[in-house]
Amino acid sequence: MKILTLWSLFSTYLLASSLNIENHAAQFFSSGHTNNWAVLVCTSRFWFNYRHVANTLSVYRSVKRLGIPDSHIVLMLADDMACNHRNPKPATVFSHKNMELNVYGDDVEVDYRGYEVTVENFLRVLTGRLPPSTPRSKRLLSDDRSNILIYLTGHGGNGFLKFQDSEEISNVELADAFEQMWQKRRYNELLFIIDTCQGASMYERFYSPNLMALASSQVGEDSLSHQPDLAIGVHLMDRYTFYLLEFLEDIHPASKTNMNDLFKVCPKSQCVSTPGHRTDLFLRDPGSVLITDFFGSVRKVEITMETINLTDPIEQVEQSPVNGELQKERNSYVDQLPVSEIIHQKPKQRDWHPPDGFILGLWTLILLVFFKTLAFQETAVGSKPPYRVQ
Amino acid sequence: MRGQLAALSIAAVVILIGVPLWWRTTETYRAWLPVSQIQELANLQLQLSADVEVVFARGTVTPEQQKKVPLTLTQDDEHVVDGDLRTTICDLMVTKYEEADLSLHTLSESPCGSLVVYVIPESSSLLPEDVDVYVGQRRTALLRIGAQTRVGRTLEQLLSHLEPRVKQVLQVMSFSHTDITAALSDRVRLSPGNKESIADSMRAFKSSPGYEITFSLLNPDPKSHRLHWDIEGAVQTYIQPLLRKLAPLANFSIDSQTLYYAMLGVNPRFDSSRSAYTLNSDSLAHVINPVEARLGSNAASSNPVLNFLLYVPDAHHSPLHINDHKKQEVPSNAFHSPRWGGIMVYNVNDFYGPEAAFPVDINIDMAKVMGVFLAQLRLLLGVQSSAPPPRFLVAPCSSAGIADWELDRLMWSRSVENIATATTTITSLAQLLDQIGNIVINDNIAQQVSSAVTSLQLAVAELESGNLRFALQYSKEAILASERAFFDPSLLHLLYFPDDQKFAIYIPLFLPMCVPILLSLLKIVSDARQRRREKHAKAD
Repeated sequence: MKILTLWSLFSTYLLASSLNIENHAAQFFSSGHTNNWAVLVCTSRFWFNYRHVANTLSVYRSVKRLGIPDSHIVLMLADDMACNHRNPKPATVFSHKNMELNVYGDDVEVDYRGYEVTVENFLRVLTGRLPPSTPRSKRLLSDDRSNILIYLTGHGGNGFLKFQDSEEISNVELADAFEQMWQKRRYNELLFIIDTCQGASMYERFYSPNLMALASSQVGEDSLSHQPDLAIGVHLMDRYTFYLLEFLEDIHPASKTNMNDLFKVCPKSQCVSTPGHRTDLFLRDPGSVLITDFFGSVRKVEITMETINLTDPIEQVEQSPVNGELQKERNSYVDQLPVSEIIHQKPKQRDWHPPDGFILGLWTLILLVFFKTLAFQETAVGSKPPYRVQ
Repeated sequence: MRGQLAALSIAAVVILIGVPLWWRTTETYRAWLPVSQIQELANLQLQLSADVEVVFARGTVTPEQQKKVPLTLTQDDEHVVDGDLRTTICDLMVTKYEEADLSLHTLSESPCGSLVVYVIPESSSLLPEDVDVYVGQRRTALLRIGAQTRVGRTLEQLLSHLEPRVKQVLQVMSFSHTDITAALSDRVRLSPGNKESIADSMRAFKSSPGYEITFSLLNPDPKSHRLHWDIEGAVQTYIQPLLRKLAPLANFSIDSQTLYYAMLGVNPRFDSSRSAYTLNSDSLAHVINPVEARLGSNAASSNPVLNFLLYVPDAHHSPLHINDHKKQEVPSNAFHSPRWGGIMVYNVNDFYGPEAAFPVDINIDMAKVMGVFLAQLRLLLGVQSSAPPPRFLVAPCSSAGIADWELDRLMWSRSVENIATATTTITSLAQLLDQIGNIVINDNIAQQVSSAVTSLQLAVAELESGNLRFALQYSKEAILASERAFFDPSLLHLLYFPDDQKFAIYIPLFLPMCVPILLSLLKIVSDARQRRREKHAKAD
């Protein structure tokens, strides 16, 4: 009897462990992605927007810590806070008062900096329409099996996000950019996180499949900053990203936390604004999506079972001397800048545009005065009957 | 009167000259695109045809039947695959199947994309007992005829029995429905099949005009080991033959490097039963990331990179073995990651004794290393695929690295994949340009699109007639042209104006000008009406 129970226990244990292995193998391929990319954008400049740079750098730090290499991260920072003249602690960007965590670190690789962070460059990175001279580190070379994390932060409004205080990207443009990415199969799944005021308006217009979106505040609400540091003199982080960073610090590459936990980050009591999320376009159930599917880079591996039996000996690569001396290869630099073309180019024919602004206003003024005087003459002359000679 | 004339003439100038001028100068330049042809391409119907020659050996058909065997048979299988059977009779006088394969190949050099199946009698001792089909190195297969058809069989029975077997061989050696569906997965959303098919489709790199292959030697312990590897010779002898054969598919560029003090990111555990350090399969996934940052990549090109790493463990952690799920040692001591590359652990502790003077000079056995890397390369490029059906014997991979029929199969699936991708690109580009009226379409884009459409039509036609090499070439041209057109930097849609913004821009410009004109026109009309009323009043 005892043996029977022992045997049944043993067999169920074996069954359970084999099932476990099966599930493990199944999970390897359930997400359908083989590589991870991240596009992290901070869109504000000026010293008082320190917190936006700190937001982006803290997400950058988490993403690097969990395994995504620099070659797969496109980091766009609109201003340089670490080396800003007003930074009392140069070469640091802190995320917490009392300067506990320096998110700038010592191996930050910024791909687009300063004035290079524009709506045009952002859309070019997403859609892949970069000029051929763009280096590899500035490109998003994702394929149909890439999971991409996109994080935007800055100042935003209902349906737009402000870039560099001079231009804005609308939610329609963003949705269209994602659709073009989908058409060219540039992503497998995409996680979009935005930490701005009225952030939920930015994901309202998405219509491509496999998109999941999180925002720090609903339409009509403002996203608030966390706490100022009296020594540095500015607010260091935004509330949503602060609690997001706290949440991510507990994640390690092998953890099994899923997206439902991410949705719970920063409830209204802590954040004052109501974070929102959108999962209707996402095919998988969010409960089965691991955080590391987007924030980390866990590779799938397979054991190599077969080898090829190679028996030929290695043939020696001979150096072929020409006239007794080694033939040297001539290396030359590719033309970086077509200098002769630039010097000798003719001035370009500019297209004719209709007159705008000032000239148009001037013409309008002239027309108005003309009519007015005409009317004046009419009233002055027309009411009297023409002079008749009797 | 003069005022009315002035107002009328200004209104005439504005309407007749101003409005068309404004319209023409604010429209965007859009070159003509062959939209109707693109629509046709959107309903893509692919027809692939492969030539199969069936040769009946002596003893499979009786002499009377010999005379009646039809010389050609056309088969339409499903809606995509279609094959052309030709039959001949011949004598087979060899004893071993490998020799048979080689000598048969000299009989008829089959062109790219075609197959020859030799049917041998049941009683023949050419193939071993449990094997019905032998697939050779070139484009030939030996098929043993079944026992059911021994007694009193007619020609029709024979042929009907043979058809499905030949079809099976064709599916293994050329293309099958699953292969084509996987290649078309860009257009046809692949329904989640079994895990194997998903894993297969995820493993191989997608078709690309070029690939970069990097071989890296990781030496974490240069104080103990001084490693020498003849990578140039090894690549020349072992890898180049494969790449030369794959030249019609893509350009390959190879480089190699040595990295010192590069550790694996995981700590191996010591297994006292085998007195070796072990890495279990769960921790393998975390090995790649820490190392990848140091590998560097060719910054000049945007081609996909295949990384092959050879890791020689340091003296304190030697020997290092990789365990699979069942905690068994893996004989190859290597693992690979889909769409990334492979890593092999090479133990050198056998090469020296404990009293050796450090650093020890070690020559790495490149044949063994390249055997593993070549197998991984075949997997990653999509050459290898799933296991053959039962009772099939496939010739082991030769030093050439790839069999001719494997190359054909790869070319079939790559052509289909290229055609599917190029079609999707062109149709989505046409749709995008149609939807957004504000994008400027330059002449060069229109030209690329036209050439892509032409190449696609040619490629589809060549696939239909079975000219595999030309089909692949045209499909490559199509994909290059379509990618260049789609990713042209000038096609950026930054001109999104919501309607209220358009009003806000145009009203301050045109309203001050239009208001006096409109008012004066109204005044003219009301004056004319008043005059007519006065005339009527006077007339009464």
